[in-house]
Amino acid sequence: MASSLLEEFDIHHMSKPLFTIGGHTIAITNSTVFMFLAIVAATLFMTLAMRRRALVPGRWQMTAEAFYNVAADMVKTAAGPKSMPFFPFIFTIFIFILFCNLFGMFPMSLAVTAHIIINFAIAILLFTVILITGFVRHGLHFFSLFVPPGAPKIMLPFLVVIELLSFLVRPFSLSIRLFANMLAGHILLQVFAGMTVSLLAAGWLAGLSILPLVANIAITAFEFFVAFLQAYIYAILSSVYLRDALEMH
Amino acid sequence: MDNTAFKYLGAGVAMIGALGGGIGLGLIFSAWISALARNPAGENGYRTVGLIGAAFAEFVFLGCLVIAFLLMFSK
Repeated sequence: MASSLLEEFDIHHMSKPLFTIGGHTIAITNSTVFMFLAIVAATLFMTLAMRRRALVPGRWQMTAEAFYNVAADMVKTAAGPKSMPFFPFIFTIFIFILFCNLFGMFPMSLAVTAHIIINFAIAILLFTVILITGFVRHGLHFFSLFVPPGAPKIMLPFLVVIELLSFLVRPFSLSIRLFANMLAGHILLQVFAGMTVSLLAAGWLAGLSILPLVANIAITAFEFFVAFLQAYIYAILSSVYLRDALEMH
Repeated sequence: MDNTAFKYLGAGVAMIGALGGGIGLGLIFSAWISALARNPAGENGYRTVGLIGAAFAEFVFLGCLVIAFLLMFSK
């Protein structure tokens, strides 16, 4: 039973294999389809909702402006006032993860962000941007990031190693947090659904099957909240890490 | 006992670490509620810091969960 819980995250080809890179076949997979769907939905939503550009917004425009305002306020507070040039990047990360999480809640779909490699790719891209920004702006002074201000000089070698390790673990923590939240949520939904079906098939216990169903409904509501929250947390932590590169301490 | 039994047992033991995550989240939210009660005007700043803190504390719990899943779903 344990191995069948992971079947909903299987990746399979949806087209003929296109080409081969280094022994790995590249094809259109269900992951590709759902990422594409998320991007298309996000683009269509933002462009169509802002088409009228009225000064007094209608309902659609208000929703699109709400997305923009939430992300813009977050980037301005968390990443500092000099960070608005990076706003499109953080906004893209936020919207992509949000729409991928939300599309994963549909019954027969694949939760794209439940694969750690996708979250890790976004985190590595973010850290490449952060490192390049840090080195371009501050040169070798960027390494003073690992010396916390006001630390006693005796503990400096120890502290630098700890700070370096905590910096290096950041892309892993970002990606694992999102991956584990999505994976755990979907597995929980499957477990309660399995319980509902088992109780229904047990004859005289069939009346009790309403209980795991109610729990499943509550967990689904919670998973929608977690989808929003995890996208917001990914974006706000990306902004906080960006601030470390833009203004040292 | 064979390998499968040890795997499931290990998964159960690994989840004991979720205790730390739960206590941490409780501490964060208790501080958040106290801060809101003392000064309701600072709500936006509290929400930002509270959510970031909750993400970090939840990460401990998720680390335990990942180890448990690795144990349960490996062959």
